[in-house]
Amino acid sequence: MASGATLIGFDKVWKSYGQGEARVHALAGVDLAIRRGEFVAIMGPSGSGKSTAMNIIGCLDTPTAGTYSFEGIDAGRLDRNRRAQLRNLYVGFVFQGYNLLPRTTAAENVELPLIYRGVGARERRGLAMQALAEVGLVGREHHTPAELSGGQQQRVAIARAIVTRPTLLVADEPTGNLDTARTHEIMELLTQLNTELGLTIAMVTHEADVAGYAQRTIRFLDGHVALDTANLEMA
Amino acid sequence: MIWETVRLSLRSIRRNVLRSFLTLLGIVIGVAAVIAMLTIGSGTTEKVKSDISKLGSNLLVIRSGRPAGPGGPGGLDQVVRPLGDKDLAALAAHLDGSRAISPASQKQVRVIFGTESLTSGVTGTDSAYLDARDWKLVSGRPFSDSETRSGTGVCLIGETVRQQFFGAGDPEGEIIRVNRTSCKIIGLLEPKGYTGFGQDQDNVVLMPLAAYQRRIAGNRDIESIYVAADDGTPTTVLQQRVEDILRDTRRITPDRDDDFSIRDMTQIADAMASATTTMTGMLGAVAGVSLLVGGIGIMNIMLVSVTERTREIGIRLAIGAHEKHILIQFLVEATVLSLLGGIIGILIGLALAGLASVTLTIPFAPSPAVILLAVGFSALIGMVFGFFPALRGARLNPIDALRHE
Repeated sequence: MASGATLIGFDKVWKSYGQGEARVHALAGVDLAIRRGEFVAIMGPSGSGKSTAMNIIGCLDTPTAGTYSFEGIDAGRLDRNRRAQLRNLYVGFVFQGYNLLPRTTAAENVELPLIYRGVGARERRGLAMQALAEVGLVGREHHTPAELSGGQQQRVAIARAIVTRPTLLVADEPTGNLDTARTHEIMELLTQLNTELGLTIAMVTHEADVAGYAQRTIRFLDGHVALDTANLEMA
Repeated sequence: MIWETVRLSLRSIRRNVLRSFLTLLGIVIGVAAVIAMLTIGSGTTEKVKSDISKLGSNLLVIRSGRPAGPGGPGGLDQVVRPLGDKDLAALAAHLDGSRAISPASQKQVRVIFGTESLTSGVTGTDSAYLDARDWKLVSGRPFSDSETRSGTGVCLIGETVRQQFFGAGDPEGEIIRVNRTSCKIIGLLEPKGYTGFGQDQDNVVLMPLAAYQRRIAGNRDIESIYVAADDGTPTTVLQQRVEDILRDTRRITPDRDDDFSIRDMTQIADAMASATTTMTGMLGAVAGVSLLVGGIGIMNIMLVSVTERTREIGIRLAIGAHEKHILIQFLVEATVLSLLGGIIGILIGLALAGLASVTLTIPFAPSPAVILLAVGFSALIGMVFGFFPALRGARLNPIDALRHE
């Protein structure tokens, strides 16, 4: 499998909340590296720091101390708008609850990140259609989320994440709201995107069989990386 | 980008039809009230001005009796001395700067033609009256000097009198009876319509003053003298001259007040016009308050909208929207919303003003400046009252916003 240059690097990353006695450390000096093209599952009980780590990986949050580098950029020191730009250019997000705009068609949802890139309407529509085709939603372009099943909504969300051709896909329990059959379909899709587009994927999950689709599993516990193992065989 | 955002906000307005409508309502009512008030107000001002100019422009009206005002009208000690030929002759001889000087005495009198009758305002005057009051003849001729002097039984009639007696026919040469005396119609006056106080200015009969005095009034008095100023003379200057001449003629010693009054129609016109303008301004200001309330309504709804769409903001921020994008989005939405309300309000306001102009018979006088102002103001309200909610949305932390239920 692809094992390119380091895309994501945590160097003694701390994330702390509160003051004095009440100070808690969501991340306590985490060192971590994810290479370009990897598909990584991130696991751990709630409060282990995995969500905080994911927010930092997705450039939604910044470390309190330590260095977070993304593509060699010191992303942890960038201001709000720079990080927004970084997310827009390099990161796609998939959430557990899909997070599509209600009463907005699939195509319009997928176009959204392109609007903030300043892509023209015609080109946007074309790219959105292409992305929707890639996730297998031809013929559903003009349906609103309410008219789509959970699996279809998550496909729209994935189309929205990949329409910008990002380097990294951050998936936060992407199958958490889906049944087993739908879960496997979505995981097949993510695996396919990883292999065919070389998309780096960082995915938080609770389920071992979902994590099994990834090439590597990182387990968080009490703000540390407790276990970092390569998955030998795809499930 | 801006156009994109406008389309986006139109879409979001369409998606929340009821809420958008309720938000709009405040602005719609505010703008409609402002537009209706100001349009009706300026129509009223125009109406008042034109009513008074119908009485004659640059006109002084002199009557006997002490002027009303400080000191009050004449006391019991004072016998009202009527105006007479001497006063008229003195003015004619000595007054500079007048275009026309004309005596007029008037009475409501029953006028009869055949079997028809009508109570009409009969005025005894001379041929200068038409000039003084800017009144023209549609047909026929004014009194000749000899008719005026000798008091021949001739008359000019107004449109209402003609319609009553002759329909659309030609009244010239017909004989009508005015208070048991007959008089021959020699001309038809141009229609003037009603005054603002509902008085029909066309229900009139003009006859030579001497004929009126002899056959109707039964005395030699002159009720009022009309003096029209010429173009170069301000009415205030003319008024002073008239006063000087009349005091002299009527031998009023300096220690005594005038026993006549001079009313300046131009001043009355200006005073009434400025009164209605003030009224319009006040009504407009009251309406403006409702516009302000409408603006607060917009702020309210935008705050609700930002809270309600926290998750949407989170999504947008996560996929790369800058603070300014969110700010602009909500700002544009508020502006489009209030602008839309403004436009609907203008249409409703104009419709109301149009309705009022029909029912109150005042001119429909929409002012482009007022309309432009209302559009600009409603857009401004959207921006001002939309800014705080928009800023609140833009400053959200994307992580918290995404977690928002």
